[in-house]
Amino acid sequence: MGTLVTLLINGLAQGALIFLMAAGLSIILGMMGVINFAHGTLFLWGGYSYVWSYYAIRLRVVMNVFPDAVPMTSFGSILTIQSVQLPEGAVLPFVAELLIFVAALVVAVSVVFVMGLVFEKLFINRVYGRVPAQILITLGIQVVFTDLVRVIWGPNPFPIDRPPFLQGVSVVGTARIVHYNVFLILVGAGIALAIHRILTRSRVGMIIRAGLQSPDHVKAIGINIRRYFTIVFACGSALAGLGGALYMPLVGNVVSTAGMNNQILAFIVVVIGGLGSFMGSFLGSIFLGVMGVGVALTLPGLSVVANVLIMALVLMFRPQGLFGMAVKSNG
Amino acid sequence: MQPLLKAEHIVSYIGPYTILHDVSLEVQRGEAVVILGRNGAGKTTFLKTIMGLVNTREGVLELDGESLVGQPTHLIQRRGIGYVPEDYGVFDLLTIEENLRIAMWKEDAPTLERRDYVLDLFPDLKLAYKRFAKTLSGGQRQMLSVARALVNDNLILLVDEPSKGLAPVIIEKLALALQQISSHTTVLLVEQNFALACAVGQRFYIINEGRTVETGTVADLIKDKELQALHLGI
Repeated sequence: MGTLVTLLINGLAQGALIFLMAAGLSIILGMMGVINFAHGTLFLWGGYSYVWSYYAIRLRVVMNVFPDAVPMTSFGSILTIQSVQLPEGAVLPFVAELLIFVAALVVAVSVVFVMGLVFEKLFINRVYGRVPAQILITLGIQVVFTDLVRVIWGPNPFPIDRPPFLQGVSVVGTARIVHYNVFLILVGAGIALAIHRILTRSRVGMIIRAGLQSPDHVKAIGINIRRYFTIVFACGSALAGLGGALYMPLVGNVVSTAGMNNQILAFIVVVIGGLGSFMGSFLGSIFLGVMGVGVALTLPGLSVVANVLIMALVLMFRPQGLFGMAVKSNG
Repeated sequence: MQPLLKAEHIVSYIGPYTILHDVSLEVQRGEAVVILGRNGAGKTTFLKTIMGLVNTREGVLELDGESLVGQPTHLIQRRGIGYVPEDYGVFDLLTIEENLRIAMWKEDAPTLERRDYVLDLFPDLKLAYKRFAKTLSGGQRQMLSVARALVNDNLILLVDEPSKGLAPVIIEKLALALQQISSHTTVLLVEQNFALACAVGQRFYIINEGRTVETGTVADLIKDKELQALHLGI
């Protein structure tokens, strides 16, 4: 039973991270008809931006509070990342650690939000309705901006700890509950609830739901749907960025291949859940997260195969996804 | 007198295909004008051209003296054109209430009055106000589409084949509603159902193979069996 609870919490945490990436991808694909292969890069930039700003802010705070603290190893090339060793027995107050963590997350999400805005305005805007061009241009962005990460922060992986207040494990009975995983589940649930409220209670949400069905008809009732495309793309990007920022401390190191690996999972969720379906993304992510952890434990060699197998079954028997609608063109 | 809507020698295209070759038409303020023609003649494309959903290559297209050519669709609509598309354009994932609210330019007292008016005009919608549009019948969807186009203070209402796919009893209801609407709103109606077209329209244009080929009063058209047979297959 304890193992089951442990597995469930780990799986839900993985699902929460996948959801952050898949939600934006699904709505962008469903509403704007854009197959965004650059989504993984946005995830990656969220991760690197978070790690860089976390280390940079923490270094300054620690050196201010403890002038005799020792700056340690540095990583990166153009932008360097430098850790810091606190004096023996010293700790930063909880509030300081919390603020450093939140500030780094805000930086990461803001960077990726702006990247999303710029990508949409410069590139995506020109290829609406032209799928081959979308694939080429978003793959191009993926390659260039992933390499840019290597140029800026170097090609080698480097470590990132979880914030001290999110480290640790609680043992309940025989279950081991990792605190950071519980935090991820809460963040995922909170974001899901917020998106759900925006979609169901606000005018923007109404327009997004209408746009998922037919952007042309939204235009014909006097709404500048292109403006909402930009907002949705930037917000979807920011969600991917948040996913990347929260992912790096989970795995404990920063590596430039993380974007592509997680993008594949997000695409599988979109296929399982259905295009443009928020509920599909949510349930699909949880399913994939829990199943992934279960398969990794019982049949470790088959974790990738299991995901692809599920996707293939859905494509065979319900091509529109479990909660999705038919694909339509748009302009 | 300057017409409210003027189209002169319109040529429009979809991708590599020219659909309208030479369409000219005028609608005066307060008129109800019907566009008739066989399937594939270009009637729907003409309304889409007015809305900027299909590109204009040549010609003049003006609303109240100002050109619509090259304008984005949402700005054309904001100039005062209510559009009821052929496929209703109802948003399935929204409730009836949301379908009306999303179309409102603002939620001020006159707009809310117009909303109440359309709900009185189509009581079915009032009864199902909180229901999602995907649960509605074809007739109810058409009513919602017309109602949505009426919630703003538009200069003209474009209605594309409202009777398509509907049962005769629903078409009768719709004809009554359109007659009532046309008593206070300028209407340009595309319609294949001759009886509905005659019930609503005062003047007519016939489009054939992308060209306007005939115009006149509906009263004259009703008498002209030869013209009906030639262009409408009646």
